[in-house]
Amino acid sequence: MNGWVIGSLVFWILAWAVNARLSPSSDRWVRLFVPTLFGITVLVLWEGMVRGFGINPVLLPAPSAIATTFAGEIPTLWTDLVQTFFKGALSGYVIGCGAAVLVAIAVDRSPFLQRGLLPVGNFVAALPIVGMAPILVMWFGFDWHSKAAVVVVMVFFPMLVNTVEGLQASEAMQRDLMRTYAASYWQGLMKLRLPAAMPFIFNGLKICTTLALIGAIVAEFFGSPIKGMGFRISTEVGRLALDMVWSEIAVAAIVGSAFYGAVALAERWVTFWHPSQRRG
Amino acid sequence: MKSALSILTVIAALIGLWYAACVPMNIHEAAIQAQRAGQEVTPAEAPERRKMGRIALAVKNPGLWRTVYEQDRPQLPAPHQVGAELWKTTWGMVERGRAFSKRSLILHGWITLSATLLGFAFGTLLGIVLAVSIVHSRAMDMSVMPWIIASQTVPILAIAPMIVVVLASLSVDDLIAKGVISMYLSFFPVVVGMVKGLRSPDAMQMDQMKTWSASRAQTFWKLRLPSSAPYLFASLKVGVAASLIGAVVAELSLSQDGGLGARLLAGSYYGQTVQIWSALLGAATLAAVLVWAIGLAQGMTLRRMGFQR
Repeated sequence: MNGWVIGSLVFWILAWAVNARLSPSSDRWVRLFVPTLFGITVLVLWEGMVRGFGINPVLLPAPSAIATTFAGEIPTLWTDLVQTFFKGALSGYVIGCGAAVLVAIAVDRSPFLQRGLLPVGNFVAALPIVGMAPILVMWFGFDWHSKAAVVVVMVFFPMLVNTVEGLQASEAMQRDLMRTYAASYWQGLMKLRLPAAMPFIFNGLKICTTLALIGAIVAEFFGSPIKGMGFRISTEVGRLALDMVWSEIAVAAIVGSAFYGAVALAERWVTFWHPSQRRG
Repeated sequence: MKSALSILTVIAALIGLWYAACVPMNIHEAAIQAQRAGQEVTPAEAPERRKMGRIALAVKNPGLWRTVYEQDRPQLPAPHQVGAELWKTTWGMVERGRAFSKRSLILHGWITLSATLLGFAFGTLLGIVLAVSIVHSRAMDMSVMPWIIASQTVPILAIAPMIVVVLASLSVDDLIAKGVISMYLSFFPVVVGMVKGLRSPDAMQMDQMKTWSASRAQTFWKLRLPSSAPYLFASLKVGVAASLIGAVVAELSLSQDGGLGARLLAGSYYGQTVQIWSALLGAATLAAVLVWAIGLAQGMTLRRMGFQR
């Protein structure tokens, strides 16, 4: 029975030895291979421990069991994903980040407001805003509108703070140059200050991808129609069907990483001039 | 001084906005109550009112504007109502000698605080250990670091109920279950900040240690660790705020133990909006105090270490 435990431990040691040997190299494929092997090791260890020690699937299902459920429940997972991510999180993300950028541009014209808004915004960004979820569910009803509202509130302040900071990022010399060209305020904004703010804006956008997903899922704990990732997680936990819960988590992780990756890709495309994007 | 004035202006503007928002938010309920009390309301028919927008109704009934601030269960309670509830459930309870009764926000705040601090301690410890091993082992750096970053795209808050159930069935103490969730949220900023901090000594300083033929341990204790202090404190501030969020969400699943999250949940079940808002403001105050306390420790430590004047 404990062949599983010993086998997975041996695999772990071998994989670690391979990684330790490969890691001094800086080849591109090695950089991809090493973390992948580590991830596989974790899965093998998990499977081995669950089988070897006969852990009750109610506590911790094996990766293979989760994969089976995942493959069998794809229609359900897809409806949940559409409800939570595409309707709730994504629309809230667009509205919240868009509003924050517009407010930041408006505030940017008044140094007085800026000085006041930055500390307040920083403070609010650190607050447990998820707590607003029950209130917003009460206001906007059970469907995805309330989830979008939670996401808007959650992403607004981190985004605002980042954009306000970014708009100050252009140097005095560059701004002077725009003045010598007799550029109007809008020209200066569009041609110099917004592009200069892009690294900060994208930093905010990246932080907000995770916040958006969290907000949409947690808001569903306070009331939702009978679909959605948060709804599924809370009901399946109640039924102790943990393989389904883990499948939802896998979906959340994949979508979260893909969302983050998409924003990071857009960043590379927009701010190709920034030192952090240089390669080689 | 000047910035204090602008901060106050912004806060005053936010509170003003809040008061203004109360009118359209609560106007429907106010109209119903006024009609029951025998007052004139335009339009007089309830179904017609329901079809109207909130703002249109508010404009047509300026006489009701005062009553929107006096409801028992408003859609949006006014700041002074929330303030009164906060006062009643904190100092009011202390005055009556029942500071730790079930209805006191002090008790619930304490429950949340203990879970937050436990998770924060776990998270900081885990973060520092991971950062030290990442800085010292290239294999760790290459294999673990990408997964640490990926781990944060998993919305852990969504998994909180499951972790709580699993740990409870292993008969782990509820406090520890909450601490684990807080830990997951707070270790990430610490890892990232500490890795940056431990790598912050420049080549010149590292060369100097080499000239003195310092061992790895000596380099660590005398150069790397001290120079990481400013980075550590910056990430601790982020970490403690994240840890509080984790504790509040964990309490949603463990509401039988109380805590600010449990107050939120109870308030949303029974439509006690004033209670929800006061729990929310309580959590905000707690976050502010925690961040401020770390800022204080940061100032004192860094000054003694000679980072600041």
